[in-house]
Amino acid sequence: MPPELLRMIIAAVLVVAFVFLNAMILGYMERKVSAHIQRRPGLMEVGPHGVLQLIVDGLKLIGKQLVVPEGSNKFLFRLAPVLSFAPCVLPFVVLPFARKLQIVSMDISLIFILAMTSINVIAILVAGWASNNKYSLFGTFRSVAQAVSYEIPMLLSILSIILITSTFSLQGIIAAQKYYWFILIQPLAFIIYFISGLAETNRAPFDMPEAESELTAGFHTEYSGMGFSFFFLAEYANMFTVCSIATVLFLGGWKGIPLPLGDYTGIFWFMLKVYGLLFVMIWVRWTYPRVRFDQLMTFCWKYLIPFSLANLLITAVLVKLI
Amino acid sequence: MNNRGYFGELWFGAKSLLIGLNVTIKELFRPIVTVQYPREECEITPNYRGHVELVFNTETGGCDCIVCGMCAKACPSDCLVVKGEKKEGEKRKSLTLFSLDFTKCSLCGSCVETCPKGALDYSQDYNIAGFTREEFHYDLIERLERRHQQPLAAAAGGN
Repeated sequence: MPPELLRMIIAAVLVVAFVFLNAMILGYMERKVSAHIQRRPGLMEVGPHGVLQLIVDGLKLIGKQLVVPEGSNKFLFRLAPVLSFAPCVLPFVVLPFARKLQIVSMDISLIFILAMTSINVIAILVAGWASNNKYSLFGTFRSVAQAVSYEIPMLLSILSIILITSTFSLQGIIAAQKYYWFILIQPLAFIIYFISGLAETNRAPFDMPEAESELTAGFHTEYSGMGFSFFFLAEYANMFTVCSIATVLFLGGWKGIPLPLGDYTGIFWFMLKVYGLLFVMIWVRWTYPRVRFDQLMTFCWKYLIPFSLANLLITAVLVKLI
Repeated sequence: MNNRGYFGELWFGAKSLLIGLNVTIKELFRPIVTVQYPREECEITPNYRGHVELVFNTETGGCDCIVCGMCAKACPSDCLVVKGEKKEGEKRKSLTLFSLDFTKCSLCGSCVETCPKGALDYSQDYNIAGFTREEFHYDLIERLERRHQQPLAAAAGGN
């Protein structure tokens, strides 16, 4: 077997394993943080402080039957979870966990990640359409409208970083933050990116597609068992991807206080920053109520897009002058 | 939109969002207030009104019931049965049966109020789930004995 192929197989296994592990860590973190914000202890029953609860939940979901509703488009209904899950795994292939811990180094890795995370919208569209259920369809409408709108400020804020670094390579962007993190010179872009990231991943307060109180569960209303858990895994994988792009673009990626074997142990700083941002996402979710749909759109088109355009323009002028 | 204007609205909104975040992060580090019920139990306040229970008289080592039957008469749901018998050489009846059918009890407390000797009181016991209705037919004499780990013996009936 050629060594390159072997490397790819090992990497693929590791990445999928990490996606599952990440969903478990985040699921546990979400439930614990939400519990403590509401002054409850949260998970306590399975294992010490409930650490094994997510494994039990996972086993339960695997054991459940995938019910295909009558009148649904059977092929698309079964396709949608896979379509949601597969593109969410791919960004992990190009993420720079440390200087030498990157599976594939591409010059266009940032564009690759953005393209892959956008496919999730199609998966949601397919899931909602194939379910033949009004709640799913309404969730889908909202999700697509929201994702398409928030893609714009997200890309514009990323573009202002690209103007500074003039590279799409993630390692290149990290290398450009040699003396200072880009959050110091682009705080506005960071805030806009983070808010759009919350909306892109359908997180509260922008969780309109899954608004439980009005839409049952939104686009995955009809899904059970592994169908549901693929959407669940995809959501958490997407959150991780959004936060790791934020880490790479604004927080210096794997850079931190040097550790021994710095080319590999940079993963410690990378994970610390990413999970710090993920904590903020969870913290935000358990603080704010859900926005109304018109407020969601108003906020995007009247505030985020003008501000990100202005930010981009100022950055462009400054880059030209300096 | 109100009269704050475009930037005023933005400033006001951002400020209130940060205040909200501050509230939740403070709550995150404050102690837990919920009780893990089957693992831990709550302290019950003295005014908790559970089902009725005979009062233990520490001086006589028994209960003060004189088998007058006032409580059974006062009960609107007919859930108390009080029986006694007069033993040889005693002035008064002594208590032989005091049963409570808790499935019918409405916890009104009339029995406690009418008792002339103050021999009845409310229980503090709230862990009273059961699988059959017979589990709620309490023998209050037996419960009193069990609580104090000793038979009520001759002292029952009071003085």
